[in-house]
Amino acid sequence: MTTAAVAERPTAAGHDGRSFIQRYIFTTDHKIIGIQFLFMSLLFLIVGGLLALMMRWQLGYPGQPMPGGGMLPETMAPDGILLPEFYNSLVTMHGTFMVFFAIMPLLVGVFANFLIPLKIGAPDMAFPRLNMASFWIAVPAGLLMVAGFFVEGGHAGAGWTAYAPLSARPDLSGVSLGQIFWLLSLAILGLSSILGSMNYITTVVNMRAPGMTWFRLPLSIWSLFITAILVLLAIPVLSGAAIMLLFDQTLGTHFFNPVEGGQPLLWQHVFWFFGHPEVYILILPAMGMVSDIISNGSRKPVFGYHSMVFAIIAIAFLGWIVWGHHMFQSGMNPMLGTTFMISTLVIAVPSAIKTFNWLGTLWRGSIHFHTPMLNAIGFVAMFVIGGLSGIYMATTPVDIFIHDTYFIVAHLHYVLFGGSLFAIFAAIYFWYPKMFGRMMSERLGKVHFVLTFIFYNLVFFPMHFLGMGGHMRRIYDPTEYEFLQPFQPMNRFITVSVFFLVAAQVPFVVNFFWSLFKGAPASENPWKDNGLEWTVSSPAPHGNFAETPTVYHGPYEFSSPLVDDDYLPQSRAVDPQPRPAPAAGD
Amino acid sequence: MGWLPESASTYASDIDLGFWVITVIVGIAFVVVEAALVLFLVRYRARPGRRAAYIHGNTTAEVIWTAVPAITVVAIGVWSAGLWSEIKGRDNFPADAVHLAIEAKQFEWNVTYPGPDGQLGTEDDFTRRNALEIPVNRPVVVDLTAEDVLHSFFVPAFRIKQDAVPGMTIPVWFEATKTGEFELACAELCGNSHYSMKGRVRVHTAEDYEEWVRSQSSPEAGQ
Amino acid sequence: MAHAAVMSGAEPGAGVYTKKLGMWTFLASEVMFFTALIGSYIVLRFGAAETWPVPTETLNIPLTALNTFILICSSVSMVKAYAAAVDDDQKWLKIWLLATVIMGAMFVGVQVYEYYHLIHDHFLPSSGLFGSTFYTMTGFHGFHVSMGVLCMSWVTIKAFRGGYAGGKYQGVEVVGLYWHFVDLVWIILFTIVYLI
Repeated sequence: MTTAAVAERPTAAGHDGRSFIQRYIFTTDHKIIGIQFLFMSLLFLIVGGLLALMMRWQLGYPGQPMPGGGMLPETMAPDGILLPEFYNSLVTMHGTFMVFFAIMPLLVGVFANFLIPLKIGAPDMAFPRLNMASFWIAVPAGLLMVAGFFVEGGHAGAGWTAYAPLSARPDLSGVSLGQIFWLLSLAILGLSSILGSMNYITTVVNMRAPGMTWFRLPLSIWSLFITAILVLLAIPVLSGAAIMLLFDQTLGTHFFNPVEGGQPLLWQHVFWFFGHPEVYILILPAMGMVSDIISNGSRKPVFGYHSMVFAIIAIAFLGWIVWGHHMFQSGMNPMLGTTFMISTLVIAVPSAIKTFNWLGTLWRGSIHFHTPMLNAIGFVAMFVIGGLSGIYMATTPVDIFIHDTYFIVAHLHYVLFGGSLFAIFAAIYFWYPKMFGRMMSERLGKVHFVLTFIFYNLVFFPMHFLGMGGHMRRIYDPTEYEFLQPFQPMNRFITVSVFFLVAAQVPFVVNFFWSLFKGAPASENPWKDNGLEWTVSSPAPHGNFAETPTVYHGPYEFSSPLVDDDYLPQSRAVDPQPRPAPAAGD
Repeated sequence: MGWLPESASTYASDIDLGFWVITVIVGIAFVVVEAALVLFLVRYRARPGRRAAYIHGNTTAEVIWTAVPAITVVAIGVWSAGLWSEIKGRDNFPADAVHLAIEAKQFEWNVTYPGPDGQLGTEDDFTRRNALEIPVNRPVVVDLTAEDVLHSFFVPAFRIKQDAVPGMTIPVWFEATKTGEFELACAELCGNSHYSMKGRVRVHTAEDYEEWVRSQSSPEAGQ
Repeated sequence: MAHAAVMSGAEPGAGVYTKKLGMWTFLASEVMFFTALIGSYIVLRFGAAETWPVPTETLNIPLTALNTFILICSSVSMVKAYAAAVDDDQKWLKIWLLATVIMGAMFVGVQVYEYYHLIHDHFLPSSGLFGSTFYTMTGFHGFHVSMGVLCMSWVTIKAFRGGYAGGKYQGVEVVGLYWHFVDLVWIILFTIVYLI
């Protein structure tokens, strides 16, 4: 068995002979790489949030000088009043940073890296140096994306979806270098993602410890594995699209330029062929980790484990054939619209299955409301709303009205923030002790959760009503339209709520950094969980396991009759005789 | 309900019905799921001396909660396909329609009218900027195109939206059921003045419409 | 660099050694990349209102046919190199690897020559859809071959230093997989861009 219960603090020159730079900067240790992604992504999450705050100012108080806006250059906000072109780049970059530099790396870059070797019983990834390359390639991609704000013409302003021809025509958008930086940044980031997914897939396939059969893998690992396959296959399509757009911009090619026979709709098809699997990349790991945490918090096996696995696979598979639902009103053949509607409605079913299985896990459980559990439950509650709102837009005639309105914005934020981000919070709170050897403050964690949950709903639920009223997306000044003027009070309400939502993240930031230094030292297994990562010290040591563990059972053997404890680690062998019948239970 | 814009076209009420029916369905699902969630959180919170039930699943439950959503979405799909085809299906466009052409460009709507002869592409055609004038209770078919980038033709009161694509001419139809003025918005980000690319739709009685068409063709007309 | 501890035993996985599995995953991503480009080409070509230019009028088919032959031969030499590595025949391993590098480099060289003349004749990426798709697809393929030549050179140098002695064939096999992939993509491109 492994190490002592007392957390070890790593020393600068550890007994494994690595220097500081080898341990923390150019490290090949998957756990440190995961933590590097964590710091980078949290930074971009804040950047994305600040961009949204500026957008919301303009929407709530159109044409009025933004507090602090005087600091911005004339090209963005003369006298603190945001310009339409700057607003368009805010919209674009909020989406871009959040999708590519925050949520995706938080789910995949952080947790695929950190969890996979630990939870399958491996010492590290299959290709540790490639893993290091994956992180260090993402860094210049991020810098390039930030740099786009400071070039002539401003940053890309055609939306995170970069529809052509607007994105290909600097003469029509006013943006040249900014869009080029955007495309190059994503191409570089794509390489990082592909290298990462090669590692995740190979590691899960070939490096599971003895006894860790496929159906003993935790759902977090299943979801990360399936997600890695999606990344592997979808991101190169984005790269291809980005290259074609880049060439239209710089080499005078005509892929999306109708004048020479190119097709604007081709961009949409290629982009969304990537884009739809992308959104499942953004939710599946969240679902997997939530399953782990809800099972832990309920002290009960995941309900319907096999169904959960098949639902993940079904969602991943079906995700390739629904892309046209982003294009119902695009001018593509309406009959194609009908086929995409069918596949889109079908994909609702595995998501429903998962939701019911989470409820089934809670049912007759013994529920402990620790911070990770609160956030995981928040995920379920909010994902349900996001998923149900999707039914409206899958229904093609209703989509005629709500496409490109705030109804869509509400939906996407319920699944990405209400869903993915709450799951990310849950996962950070849960695995923080294993990452850093410290516990985060439960009290601050609960305050963060409650405030975030309340203000998040105050921000995004009203957007359904804006959309119902016909409020379009990406609109610099809604008051231009008479039919939108009655919605200004709602816009202002949302803006004020966003301010509080951003403020509600302060307890999280404080908790995160304060706990690094002053948090209570974490034991090996503070959550009394079954995963292999909880059988080693906190933080986990370099090389993970002193000896390769052997796995004897599934990952969710909580409240098993075979032992007195209400948990049973995967690598703990037990005598298969049940313990004496319990006293009057439930 | 005041939450949706006023409904001023033939299929607007069909779309709205769909919206509300879906609302009832998802509303029920929402209440059931969230209530169960809250109920379980309260009922099964940890209490000393009580151990969670060691249950891995239930096949019957799985079958039920797979079948019910599946049947529900199939039903929604079947209904949708019909209405979708009615509105967007290019073989289903109504006859006896007023035929117009609209070209979207940064940042205006150029509406071409067929003039008194009722035929597009003839001498008496005329074009107006940001003004869509149509008769009530008569179908209108628009040949929609874009000059430069993507735009989207959106009249909330008619519940019609159609992207305008450079290099494509896309037919759109609608039939107004109320006279009056309605707003036309661009619903696809098209550049820096996308937010102000609005137009005015005026629905006239049949007689007023004839009158308007005649007045536009006289030498003093124009914009 | 400190190596992580080795695993003692693992669940049977793919039945394929790890480096090879890694290369297969990489090739899967490359398939998707070329699918995006080739798929777009097909959509644009068959959606084009005007007739597509006849390739023989612009491109030098005989030269590129020869180039195709060279690339295919390089795949043959690659297979031979792999067989030599498995048999621990170091002499022939080095010879066949060297042959592969040389033929790969020749392919790139001929393509550069082809590009030079096309550009000289004012056939550019901006020359209609044909130019756009031609340069993008063949250009990225050429880039992949160039990267392959670099990797192959590295493998060859390592072979000359005895890095694959004793039947250590894995590195050779893995670079060979990449090489065959690049050849396969070319055969597809040559057919649909030059010939049809």
